[in-house]
Amino acid sequence: MSKAIRAALVAAALLSCALTAPTRGAEAAFFPGVVFDYGGKYDKSFNEGVLTGIERFHRETGITYKALEISNDVQREQYLRRLAEHGADIILAVGFSQAPAVAKVAKEFPEIKFTLIDGVVNLPNVQSILFSEQEGSYLVGMLAALSSKTNTVGFVGGMDIPLIRRFECGYEQGVKAVAPDDHILVNMVGTTPAAWSDPTRGGELAKSQFDRGVDVVFAAAGQSGMGVLQAAKDADRLAIGVDSNQNHLFPGHVLTSMVKRVDVAAYNAIKAAQDGTWQAGVRTLGLKEEGVGWALDANNAKLVTPEMKAALDAASAEIQAGTRKVANYDETNGCKY
Amino acid sequence: MSVSTNTDGLPRWATLALLPAINLGAALVVSSLVILAIGQDPVSALAFMVKGAVGTGTGLSYTLYYATSLIFTGLAVAVANHTGLFNIGGEGQAYIGGLGTGLVCLALTGWPWYAVLPVAVLAGALFGAVWGLIPGYLQAYRGSHIVITTIMFNFLASALMVYLLGGPLLEHGQMAPESREFAESTFLPGVKEIAAALGYRTSTLPLNLSLVVALLCAVGVWFFIWHTRWGFQMRTVGANDAAARYAGINARTTIVVAMALSGALAGLVGINELQGVQHRVTLNFQAGMGFTGIAVALMGRGHPVGIVLSSLLFGALYQGGAELSFEYNEISPRLVVVIQGVVILFSGALEHMFRPALVRLLKPKAPAGAGQRA
Repeated sequence: MSKAIRAALVAAALLSCALTAPTRGAEAAFFPGVVFDYGGKYDKSFNEGVLTGIERFHRETGITYKALEISNDVQREQYLRRLAEHGADIILAVGFSQAPAVAKVAKEFPEIKFTLIDGVVNLPNVQSILFSEQEGSYLVGMLAALSSKTNTVGFVGGMDIPLIRRFECGYEQGVKAVAPDDHILVNMVGTTPAAWSDPTRGGELAKSQFDRGVDVVFAAAGQSGMGVLQAAKDADRLAIGVDSNQNHLFPGHVLTSMVKRVDVAAYNAIKAAQDGTWQAGVRTLGLKEEGVGWALDANNAKLVTPEMKAALDAASAEIQAGTRKVANYDETNGCKY
Repeated sequence: MSVSTNTDGLPRWATLALLPAINLGAALVVSSLVILAIGQDPVSALAFMVKGAVGTGTGLSYTLYYATSLIFTGLAVAVANHTGLFNIGGEGQAYIGGLGTGLVCLALTGWPWYAVLPVAVLAGALFGAVWGLIPGYLQAYRGSHIVITTIMFNFLASALMVYLLGGPLLEHGQMAPESREFAESTFLPGVKEIAAALGYRTSTLPLNLSLVVALLCAVGVWFFIWHTRWGFQMRTVGANDAAARYAGINARTTIVVAMALSGALAGLVGINELQGVQHRVTLNFQAGMGFTGIAVALMGRGHPVGIVLSSLLFGALYQGGAELSFEYNEISPRLVVVIQGVVILFSGALEHMFRPALVRLLKPKAPAGAGQRA
């Protein structure tokens, strides 16, 4: 009994060390706030990328922040407003779903800086950060086609929304650029936000794609992607991770990861707000800005031959120079290229 | 939710007030232990929750806003329950009802809100009713179990809405799967507008006129269930459908009507969430209100007064929880779900746990010859 209590106390102590203490009634000190989207700050993917960025800022400067997780739509606005009323210097809103809430609250607090990640709000005190997911997806699509021996590659998306279609479309273009006759099997985990956190279904979809001849699958599905990666390992095929570098999860079975440097974006936004160099407006981070890319490290070095790397680097250079165009699903209103 | 038949001699006031209070107290004690276990001071945390939920005008406004949606779904579950049907499709009915409301608001651009409101209410109720009526029909005429079909209809609703919001209703060039914003004239006045009309200034708050609609619905349900022939038929079918049929009641029609009515009530959530607050059709705007409505109806014992009160309690838990996680970085939002769960457990599932003890305490002294020691 007393052992259990002690264990609980130790756990509680560790927990309170791991998480930063809130600064109540923060005086004039710099005070950033962040509102995460559904999925929460430990989603091993998009939200957690932002958390990594803020944690880095916290470690470097010792400045504490307030991080809030929502449990329904109305709380977005509520938390943004509470942070603004608390006198936050910069408020990070994570996820495109927060755009309407940011638009509303930013209008009410014109002196406070807002940075919206993955969405656009055109106001003089809002910085909107977008990523050219299609460019990164294009490169991993090329790599998938170059690695495939069955000439069939797969894509498992999370929730069926335009954002994920943008990943899929870029991937498809990359595959077709290398091998115009390759087959691409596309599945979405679901049609509700639960699709972001269903690794079981992700794994099942991957397995069924493997049964139909797929030997490389790209998972753009948040936490559900973990199931895809696991299935690739179990079936001895290859998977491609997303958002964070997931190469280390199953070394030898993760071909690469389409990284989206949300952490860098979050860190830079807060840092810039502290330095006074923060600027409103839309920023699109693509290959050129190193906002997206593909991960190559010790874990997947054996899977990527020098020829593959050269092909990807060449394509990357062309995309950055603008000589190779990658269609954006949202702009072309469908995957047309 | 069986309207408790008092056979154990517990006074009515104890059943209605004391027992729920004891259950709530027990739930708070258990919640305190959980908060203690994660190394926080439960008294100050719970006090903060209460203060955040009802202690400030802003907090109270959020509490009432949540309560509004819960009144709709709680009433929906209760109406079906009086007919002996366990409608767990409130979530889907609210979702589809919101589509009706949203379409009206999108179409009636330029109309003033007071003209839009009745149409939006009708459309929301109609869409929700259709979503409840189909499982009701399948239950009544095909014997498909209502629990299964309503669950399935939740998924169907979700799939349909994702399709609509990701395609036909999606504004081009917009990332989030949402419709465009309604015209400003159709917005239901909120506290801010009403206060401004009276010469006060408040910040933007979600509470809006739909609370009045919800309270009218509560009165309407009370009248309908206990003071109309249809209500009587529903309660009879709910109590014993074989006897109801023997008495000449068409149980099948009654079931279909009850489910349609239930769906219609749930369908009004969109008035609060969409016309009142979001001002656009969004994905999952109902955010679990349909499911929480089950707990609300259980705790409110199927009576509109009880449902309004338990809606307030659950609204306060939602809002208090939001404030709690704002103030305490160490307390995860998930803890709030734990507290809500414990409250549901004690006041719903274990509602009779303390009853025998209370009966022993409160029962009037047994008359002579009760056959027990003095």
